[in-house]
Amino acid sequence: MRVPRWISLLAALSAASLILAACGGAEEAPDEPDDTGTEAPDDDADDTDDDADDTDDDAAADDGDPVRVGLVYDIGGRGDQSFNDAAAAGLDRAEEDFNIEATELEPAEGGENRGELLRLISGEGVDLVFGVGFAFEEAMESTAPDFPGVNYGFIDGFLPDLGPDSNVVALGFAEHEGSFLVGAAAALKSETGRVGFIGGVEIPLIERFEAGFVAGAREINPDIEIDINYISQPPDFSGFTDPASGREIALGMYGNGADVVYHAAGGSGLGLFEAAKEHSESSGSKVWAIGVDSDQYLTADEELQEFILTSMLKRVDVAVYETIAAQVEGDFEGGYRTFDLSTDGVGYSTSGGFVDDIVDQLEELKAAVIAGEIEVPDSN
Amino acid sequence: MNLRSALIRLGASLGAILLALALSSIVLLIIDRSPLEAFAAMGSYASRVDSMISIINRAVPLYVSAVAVAVGFQMKLFNIGVEGQYRIAALVAAWVGGAVALPGILHVSLIILVAALVGAAWSSIAGILKAFRGVHEVISTIMLNFIGTGLGAWLLANHFREETEGGSLIIATARIPESGRLPSLNPVLEGLGVEVPSGSDLHSFVLFAILLGVGYYVLIWRTRLGYDLRAFGANPGAAEASGVNLKRMTLITMAISGAFAGLVVMGPVLGSFHRYTTDIPIELGFTGIAVALVGRNRPVQMALAALLFAFLNRSAQILDFRGIPKEIETIIGGVIILTVVIANELARRVIQAQEVRDAAAKTARDDEEGPA
Repeated sequence: MRVPRWISLLAALSAASLILAACGGAEEAPDEPDDTGTEAPDDDADDTDDDADDTDDDAAADDGDPVRVGLVYDIGGRGDQSFNDAAAAGLDRAEEDFNIEATELEPAEGGENRGELLRLISGEGVDLVFGVGFAFEEAMESTAPDFPGVNYGFIDGFLPDLGPDSNVVALGFAEHEGSFLVGAAAALKSETGRVGFIGGVEIPLIERFEAGFVAGAREINPDIEIDINYISQPPDFSGFTDPASGREIALGMYGNGADVVYHAAGGSGLGLFEAAKEHSESSGSKVWAIGVDSDQYLTADEELQEFILTSMLKRVDVAVYETIAAQVEGDFEGGYRTFDLSTDGVGYSTSGGFVDDIVDQLEELKAAVIAGEIEVPDSN
Repeated sequence: MNLRSALIRLGASLGAILLALALSSIVLLIIDRSPLEAFAAMGSYASRVDSMISIINRAVPLYVSAVAVAVGFQMKLFNIGVEGQYRIAALVAAWVGGAVALPGILHVSLIILVAALVGAAWSSIAGILKAFRGVHEVISTIMLNFIGTGLGAWLLANHFREETEGGSLIIATARIPESGRLPSLNPVLEGLGVEVPSGSDLHSFVLFAILLGVGYYVLIWRTRLGYDLRAFGANPGAAEASGVNLKRMTLITMAISGAFAGLVVMGPVLGSFHRYTTDIPIELGFTGIAVALVGRNRPVQMALAALLFAFLNRSAQILDFRGIPKEIETIIGGVIILTVVIANELARRVIQAQEVRDAAAKTARDDEEGPA
C-alpha cells in the first residue's frame, strides 16, 4: 500500500521532467530549418509582424525605418465590438496606409496595471503610444514626463496644462452632441412617447451620453418619458461587458412601454439588440435599438440589423488614424483636440435607411448645434 | 524525522511547480508557441529591478489577503468575503485619511486602524449571522461582497467623491495629505547600491506586511486564542466539550479575519494612489484564497506563494510583446493551484504513513524491550 503512493509521486515527477525535456527539444527542432521570421505570422493573422511585413513591400522603399506605434487598450481589449475596436480600426487603417509597426496591449481585468503597461511599452523604443480610455489619467501623468522622446495620444483623456510642445495630445469627443442627435431621432421615431437609455457603468463619461440623449429627446418632445438605467456601478466595470444584464434591462424597458432604447454600454449593447428582436417578435409591435461608438448596423448579425435604428458615432478610429498620420509626417502636436459635430468627430449613422425620413430634421439640429444656437449639456 | 517531513514537503511543492510548468508547456505547444521562449522572456523580464519592485508590491496585498483567509481556515471558517471587506475598508479609510490632517505617524496609524476596524465590522456581519442564526459564512460573505461593492459605489459617487478639476473623469476620494502617506523604500534600495528606475517605488507597507505575518504566527501558534481556534478547526465537538464557546470563537475569528482583510490594499493606497479610485486592484480577495491554499496557511509558505503569483502576474505582461497570449499566465496559475494542492495531500499521506510506520516500529521495539 505504501509503495504505490511513492511510485505515483515519483511517476508524476519524472513525467513532469520528461515533458519539460521534450518541450525543450520540440522547441528547437521546427525553428532551425525554417526561417524564424516566417513561421509565427502564418498562424496568427493579427500578429504584428505579419502586418509589418505587408507594409514593408510598398512603404519601406520610400521611408526607411517604420514608425513604431504602441496601443494600450482599456479593459476588454480588441474584439469588444465597441470602444476598443474603434481604436483598433484606426490602427488597422493606419497600418495599411503607412509604414508602421504596431504593438497592442491590454490591461488586467481590474485595470490596475495600466500604468505598468504604459511604462513598459514606452521603454521598448516606440515613437507613439496610445492610452485608450480616460482611466489612463494617472498612468499618463506619471509616465509621459519620463519619456520625452515618446509621443502620447490619450483617447477620452484629460491632463492639465498641455501645450503644443507637450508630448501628450488629449483626444476628446463631444459625445453629448452626438447623443443629442440620436436622442432627437429616438423621440421622432417613438410612437409611445417613451424612450430608454442604458448606460454601461455610472461614470461621468457615460453620463455625458445620457445628458445629450435626454436633451435631444426633450428638444423634439418636451413631455417625453425617458427610462434611464445603468448596468453596474464603479469600481465594478462589468457593465461594459455584460450582454445578459443589458438584455434584461432592455426587455424591462420595452415591456414598460419604451419603443426606442439607446445604449452606451460597450459590449453589453448586444443584449439590447437581442432584446429589441425578442420583444418585437413576441409583442408584434416593432421596437428600436440605437447603437453606440461605431456603426453597429454593420457589425451586428443580419437578423438583428433591422432593429438598429441608427448608431451614435464616436470616431475613435479617426482620432487614432489622424494622430498616427501626424506622427508619420513628423508634425505631431501636443495639447487638446476635441472631435465634435463640426469636424464629424461624432455623429449618427444612416445604415439600413431607417432614419431617411427624419434626416432633414436631424441635419437641421446638427447645424444648430454647430452654430451654437443649441447648447447641449454634457452632464445632468 | 522533522527534517525528512520537511524534505518530502519541499520536494512535493517543487515537483508540483515543475508539473504545472510542464502542463503549461503543453498548452503553449498546442498553440504553436515555444515554451522555453515564453519562460525565458518571463524570467528575464522579471529579473529587472522595476519588475522585482513591482512583484514585491503586488505580493504584499496577496499576502495580507491570504493571511485574512488563513485565520478563518484555521477554524474551518471559509471567509470568501475578503473581497468586499477590503474594498469597503479601503474606501472609508482613504476618505478619513483625506479628510483629516494629523502629524505623520498618527495620520498613517489612523488610516490603518480605520481600515482594520471597517474590515472587521463588515466581516462581523457574517460572523453574527453565523453565530446567532446559523447562516453559513460562505453564503453570507459572498452576498456581503455584492452589498459591499454596491454600498461602496454609492458612498463614493454620492458622499466621498472629490470634485476633480476640468475635464478629468476619474472618480476618487480627496487625496490623502503628505503626512498620511507611507514613504517609499527607494532610498534604502539606493543605499544598498540598487539603481531604481524612475516610476518604480517599493512601498514601505511591505515591512508592515511582514509584521502582520509575525502577528499571525504568534496569534495562531503562540496564544490561547490561537490554540482554541485550531482545536475548533481540528475537532469542534472535542473543543466545545473542553469548554470553548463556539459562538464567541466564531465572532472573534470572523472579526480578526476581517481586520486583516481591511488592510489588503493599504500598500497601494498609502504608497502610490494616495486616495481611493476605481483603479484600486480588484479580485485580491479571491486570489488570496488560492495563495492561502497553496501556502497551506503557514506564514512563510504563504509569503512564497504570494511572491509566486505576483511573479506570474508581472512577468506575463511581457508575453504580448513576444506574440504569446498573456492568458497563459491564468493557465499556469490555475494549474499550480491544482498540482500544489494535490502534491500537498500526497506529501501529507506519505508523511502520515511514515509516522505510522515509525510508531509501529517504536512500539514493536518497546514491546521487545518492555519485558526485559
